[in-house]
Amino acid sequence: MRRRSRPPAADTPRARFDAVARATVADRPLHEWLDNYQAVQQGWHRWAHDDLGDAEEWRDAVAAVRRHTLAHLDRYLAEFAANVERAGGHVFFAADAEEAREYVADVARRKGVRRVVKAKSMVSEEIGLDAALAATGAEVTETDLGAYIAQLAGERPYHITGPAVHMRLPRIREILSRAAGEDLPEEPDALAASARRTLRDRFLTADLGVSGANFGVASTGTVVLVTNEGNGRMTTTLPPTHVVVMGMERLVPDWRSLEPLLVMLPRAGTGERLTTYVSAITGPRREGDADGPEELHVVIVDNGRSRILGTKYQAVLQCIRCGSCADFCPVYRTMGGHAYDSVYTGPIGAVLAPLLDGSEGREHLPFASTLCGACDDACPARVPLSDLLLELRADVVAGPSPDANAAPSTVPASGSGSSSAAEPRWWALGFKGFAAVATRRRLWDAALCVASGLRPILRSARGCDPGRCAASRLEPGASGRSRLLRAPGVVRAWTDARDLPLPAPASFARLWRRRPRAGSPASSSPARRGR
Amino acid sequence: MITCLGDALYPQVGVAAVKVMEALGVEVDFPPSQVCCGQPAFNSGYREEARAAARAYLKAFAVSEHVVSISGSCAAMVRRHYPVLFEGLTEEAEARALAARTWEFSQFLTDVMDVTELPVRHKARVTFHHSCHTRRLLGVVEQPERLLGMVEGLEYVPLPRAEECCGFGGTFAVKMPVISSSLVDDKVDHVLETGADELLGLDMSCLMNIGGRLSRRGAGVRVRHLAEVLAEGWGR
Ligand code: SF4
Repeated sequence: MRRRSRPPAADTPRARFDAVARATVADRPLHEWLDNYQAVQQGWHRWAHDDLGDAEEWRDAVAAVRRHTLAHLDRYLAEFAANVERAGGHVFFAADAEEAREYVADVARRKGVRRVVKAKSMVSEEIGLDAALAATGAEVTETDLGAYIAQLAGERPYHITGPAVHMRLPRIREILSRAAGEDLPEEPDALAASARRTLRDRFLTADLGVSGANFGVASTGTVVLVTNEGNGRMTTTLPPTHVVVMGMERLVPDWRSLEPLLVMLPRAGTGERLTTYVSAITGPRREGDADGPEELHVVIVDNGRSRILGTKYQAVLQCIRCGSCADFCPVYRTMGGHAYDSVYTGPIGAVLAPLLDGSEGREHLPFASTLCGACDDACPARVPLSDLLLELRADVVAGPSPDANAAPSTVPASGSGSSSAAEPRWWALGFKGFAAVATRRRLWDAALCVASGLRPILRSARGCDPGRCAASRLEPGASGRSRLLRAPGVVRAWTDARDLPLPAPASFARLWRRRPRAGSPASSSPARRGR
Repeated sequence: MITCLGDALYPQVGVAAVKVMEALGVEVDFPPSQVCCGQPAFNSGYREEARAAARAYLKAFAVSEHVVSISGSCAAMVRRHYPVLFEGLTEEAEARALAARTWEFSQFLTDVMDVTELPVRHKARVTFHHSCHTRRLLGVVEQPERLLGMVEGLEYVPLPRAEECCGFGGTFAVKMPVISSSLVDDKVDHVLETGADELLGLDMSCLMNIGGRLSRRGAGVRVRHLAEVLAEGWGR
């Protein structure tokens, strides 16, 4: 019997996923590194939450602001855009990634831009902006240290707030040395200083600064940036043109509603009370301003978001991109950030990546979770990540559906073939069988009878060479019960690493039927007796 | 509520739970038509199949005053997911009512039966795995620890990183076995760190995972449901 009825083709997203996960698991030093990274992050996260007194109340407040904003997003978008323009900025609504890329590339061409500096922006990654800017002939430099290192390495961000969290010092030294053209010492301070020298030069000579937006305040048209390295300020004040690329859901109604978000974002994201910088940018440079760009463009990106609005997935837009769900996710740690094959990693990536435009073939991501709920507990915005994963799974299993409430793009496109479908047909058959048995006690009993009848047969297979024999192998377990060491088919995915107990000689139901009754019939009323 | 796994693989857990509850004066019944709460199907995305199983459950326990489950995640399936599963359907009220009277075993003992002492002796160094659904979906964390504290002779060693998942995740364990196996290895490391003779828990599915890896690694730690220890040491 084959292990898999349909082995995935070599270069499907699923095959890449499996390859990355397997490589991460096999890399023990990386495993330990990520394990330690999470332990440290979780420690700071807990400290920063205990410090608040009642963190749950703050989470409620964040969730309330986010839900309210999403419920009235059209109104706040109009207000925000009007206020950006009133302050002298330009606003562009991009329906998809291509429109957004084109707009920014156009600005770059029009301004004759040769050097672009970028402050970390997930949306710019999402829409693939760097390549579009490079195509105009401009040189693009990420200025967040982690993002800069990842860019030099040609890698996707590993984590929402820490793009290079997986890299250890020797690798970083190698990357930065190559960029600097000199042999740098394996010393964090020296490495940071070298990067700072390069970046300083880029800031001073850049013609265009690109940033994201942590929040947009609708009442004043202000873009709020929360950063630690100071690169955000340089990017948004030094170059003569500043382009903000933001997801259309990033708004808050006003400054008062911004408060809980500013309180919780750094606490959840990095476990700090406050980031080093909180910048608020309203319009381009005005008369008398000491610095700031002459031109400000705000590109508001939809790219699948408006299709999520109003569906059962709306809550995913509550996310404030703190990365905390990844810091608590055991699956993230184990398979690594690159397994998501998306700019959005961790549990939020498993939900969001399959929902956004251009993410076809990511149907396996919602299944990359044990549903342990650690992410739900960690999320400052109360995004119900586990529930959303469950909904996505149901939609993937149901396949293409005219249901407007179904997952926008997870469902495999019709005719796309089996390799993109996350769900092999035999699972569906298996669960059909499950439903038949689970609703008919007799059938279940019969199945158990057969299974315990198989015990001697399974047992006789004992002793066959596990290296060559694809059939079952058995050994007596510690408690005298037999355990399965090797089994064919899907069970083998279990027995490759774990023993499996055999069905008991008699099920509980059988024991119950045989049990001596103290006069009362089995169907006696189950009322509680007093002692 | 014996659960499919408890029926087929671990009948001794159900027997133990019945023994403990009867000793506490509870009249225990086992409606024979129950098979599975539907959780495997629900968590795998098979809503229709899950609903079919859940319907059978609603019927099986229609007249029960309380439903006690020997698995935390099955109790959580009923308490947390049945209302979602039947939302807007004719069975919704029935599902909500069943959810409200379904308990995990340790939760039933402490929160419903108000047990404050147990005539149980058990001499062993034990550690405890708080399964994720028991902890996060039911909020059952200190109940089993309270029960452990009532057992004479028992030395309880908390598990390091106790809030972390063992990597089971239902079909996840066989759909993504590489990730799952790595997670259970981490868990086994933590169990071994405690130097405990026994690992106890409230959910045989997680324990099957951790136990399966422990025995594959040749570790001698005994893996059991809390009910087994209570039943075995009762009145000693
Ligand atoms: S889902 Fe929640 S925890 Fe994850 S990044 Fe978004 S806000 Fe943070």
